[in-house]
Amino acid sequence: MTTELAIETNGLVKIFGENRAVDGVDLAVAPGTVYGVLGPNGAGKTTTVRMLATLLRPDGGEARVFGKDVVKDADAVRGLVSLTGQYASVDEDLTGTENLVLLARLLGHARPAARTRADQLLEAFGLSEAAGKQVKNYSGGMRRRIDIAASILNTPQLLFLDEPTTGLDPRSRNQVWDIVRAVVAQGTTVMLTTQYLDEADQLASRIAVIDHGKVIAEGTKGELKASVGAGSVHLRLREAEQRPEAERVLSAALDATVQLDPDPVALTARVNGHGTEQGAAEQAARALAELARRGITVDNFSLGQPSLDEVFLALTDRKGVAA
Amino acid sequence: MTTTTDRTGSSEDTALATPDAETLAALLVGQKRPPRPSALSASLTFGWRAMLKIKHVPEQLFDVTAFPIMMVLMYTYLFGGALAGSTQEYIQFLLPGILVMSVVMITMYTGVAVNTDITKGVFDRFRTLPIWRPAAMVGYLLGDVLRYVLASAVMLTVGMIIGYRPDGGPLGVLAGVALLVVFSFAFSWIWTMFGLMLRTEKSVMGVSMMVIFPLTFLSNVFVDPGTMPGWLQVFVNNSPVTHLASAVRELMAGAWPAAEIAWSLGWSALFLVVFGSVTMRLYNRK
Repeated sequence: MTTELAIETNGLVKIFGENRAVDGVDLAVAPGTVYGVLGPNGAGKTTTVRMLATLLRPDGGEARVFGKDVVKDADAVRGLVSLTGQYASVDEDLTGTENLVLLARLLGHARPAARTRADQLLEAFGLSEAAGKQVKNYSGGMRRRIDIAASILNTPQLLFLDEPTTGLDPRSRNQVWDIVRAVVAQGTTVMLTTQYLDEADQLASRIAVIDHGKVIAEGTKGELKASVGAGSVHLRLREAEQRPEAERVLSAALDATVQLDPDPVALTARVNGHGTEQGAAEQAARALAELARRGITVDNFSLGQPSLDEVFLALTDRKGVAA
Repeated sequence: MTTTTDRTGSSEDTALATPDAETLAALLVGQKRPPRPSALSASLTFGWRAMLKIKHVPEQLFDVTAFPIMMVLMYTYLFGGALAGSTQEYIQFLLPGILVMSVVMITMYTGVAVNTDITKGVFDRFRTLPIWRPAAMVGYLLGDVLRYVLASAVMLTVGMIIGYRPDGGPLGVLAGVALLVVFSFAFSWIWTMFGLMLRTEKSVMGVSMMVIFPLTFLSNVFVDPGTMPGWLQVFVNNSPVTHLASAVRELMAGAWPAAEIAWSLGWSALFLVVFGSVTMRLYNRK
């Protein structure tokens, strides 16, 4: 690796009593990217982020942020990172402006500069009208925004977003995504934890899937999807009575189990395609030709990539079987 | 997926205008990082936060206004006749003492404030800032200093109305209040420690009461320790609150009790060093 990694951890461990919340996590995050950490509640995502943000001391292993050790060089790390937690990390009793001015002052801005910066950010985040209101009166979407605004008062090198859209309505969620994209476009590295697969799919370039404190899969979105097959084919037949035969044909042609949908004319099959989309398309085309040859009429057909939901379920299932 | 932020008409929340990516980008690039704030500047900024909290939640001043007035009136008229023959006599002895007792009692709200903050996300934000570590804690205490001064002013005013006449004049009174504020600032580190150590606001309150009641009542605030049993005298005469109450009482009466002042400052230094360092250890470990 030629460039310095934004985040590098080796065997990171955190133990709470009997619970190994984080149990040997290895991560390598390239700068300037969005790195998604995906996992269910209690998987160890937040604990990992808190260690990287110097809020928790690791019980084992080591972690570096842009080459700085999070324990030995915690102060230097704090100068590089910002954290937006699961709960609004601003003072609810204070107004939007007061919160941003307070934090800007703590980041070293002189009073007039702090005020200017606060006003600019409130404006850019569409919060000008709410600037004089106490944050406790903000809606969920507004809280998230003031929170992210607070995190970029000084453009951080690394921004931790811990479940930034949990509990938001779809519109606010899209707006948070837009903000994240704008921030990344300016060169900030983002580590995003989420339990929503579509969020990781939308934003992240690489994803680590964490469960029970361990990384159970890691790679680009494409790699993760390929690991459970390159795609899935979805068919609708004209005649319901042709479905059993179609199932046999598909199963033979694709060498995969075919799933019968609740709809009596629909079926879905995993296409492995030797891990490539092109391979999957060829395989699916051959299977369709075979169906036509047997006189089975297909009304509708689609070939898609597996969703991260399928990836996630496949990965956690596999682990469940192994354990 | 397309973003549907340009929806019209259905927006019930006009404040939620779409953030503008270009404006945002302009704000993020080419920004010069200012140098870190000094320890003093960071502490004062946290002190400013405490002021803002008072501005937004003025009810929290109840404990430094109504409570002290109640203390003065209650103890003066309850004990005055019995202990000193008349309330007029007693207030001369009692007022500096009850001032010390009330302000020292008020310090315990610091722990509750710290504890309440921890349960909210804002505390995490402060802890990830590259600033002088004790600044957040010092900030709480700077805000509290204002509360102590306010409580002192209220009590002295009420005292003067019902007959307290300090022979030390304004200078003596100011010196007394200054000593009390210094002691309270140092003593408060006990509460920041408990605020960080204990899990809930209720437990902080409970432990605080356990500490504060014996410490303030077992002193010479109300009566001369001469009539107490010997073992209790040993405790009372060596209590920091007794030293402080004596020093404040004599300063306000126009004397210069060097030994008592030295004892009060000595205890202050001890509290600051011991509980200040435990607090910071907990703060860093949390």
